[in-house]
Amino acid sequence: MAVRVQTADFDLTTELAQLRANTPKVGAVVTFLGTVRDLNEGEHVAEMELEHYPGMTEKSLEDIVHQAKARWDIFDALVIHRVGPLKPLDQIVLVAVTSAHRGEAFDACEFIIDYLKTEAPFWKKEQTPAGARWVDARVSDDEAMAKWAPLS
Amino acid sequence: MQIQLKFFASLREAVGTSGETLTLPAEIRSAGDVRAFLQSRGGVWAEALAEGKSLRIACNQQMVDANAPLSEGCELAFFPPVTGG
Repeated sequence: MAVRVQTADFDLTTELAQLRANTPKVGAVVTFLGTVRDLNEGEHVAEMELEHYPGMTEKSLEDIVHQAKARWDIFDALVIHRVGPLKPLDQIVLVAVTSAHRGEAFDACEFIIDYLKTEAPFWKKEQTPAGARWVDARVSDDEAMAKWAPLS
Repeated sequence: MQIQLKFFASLREAVGTSGETLTLPAEIRSAGDVRAFLQSRGGVWAEALAEGKSLRIACNQQMVDANAPLSEGCELAFFPPVTGG
């Protein structure tokens, strides 16, 4: 299990090869790759800046991955989130999950990104023609997280 | 009691600082009490931390609610709802 917060870009092929290296029991790898869009709420986005809370961010991501491991029979999970200045087309976030079969990996991957979006302390500030603005949290993200009923 | 305060994102910009060390009056016991105490400074503090503003609170890097008790030297962070991913 690994979580990384970094300014540098990442290479999907390298990361996935590393995640399942020497692990022949893996039969499924599900990934979510988040990228920067050039349009948000009707405004053209030229660039954005990702701020985070060093220390808490890593703890929060580790906690989310632990919760996923407690809920599903998965082998491993990797979360990489970039911070600092980013432009449209850039990769922002990678969630990758390995398991024996696809079902657990799909569910765990979706769970991790849903929780990340509402729990992990990252904030986006966009540069638009109308000036800089902080992105508002989305109600749809809260709804996406709420569909995962707590473990009883 | 002394605590470390941290502010992030739009809140950090609004109050003009990323944090401070704060010595609390004895009657301040919870995270919510600190929010009210900071509001009482008036000006940008009253505006940025107003009750109508949706803010999250973390104590020692764990999300908490306003009732969370404080401890000596704890790190208390205020920030807007998160928007990563």
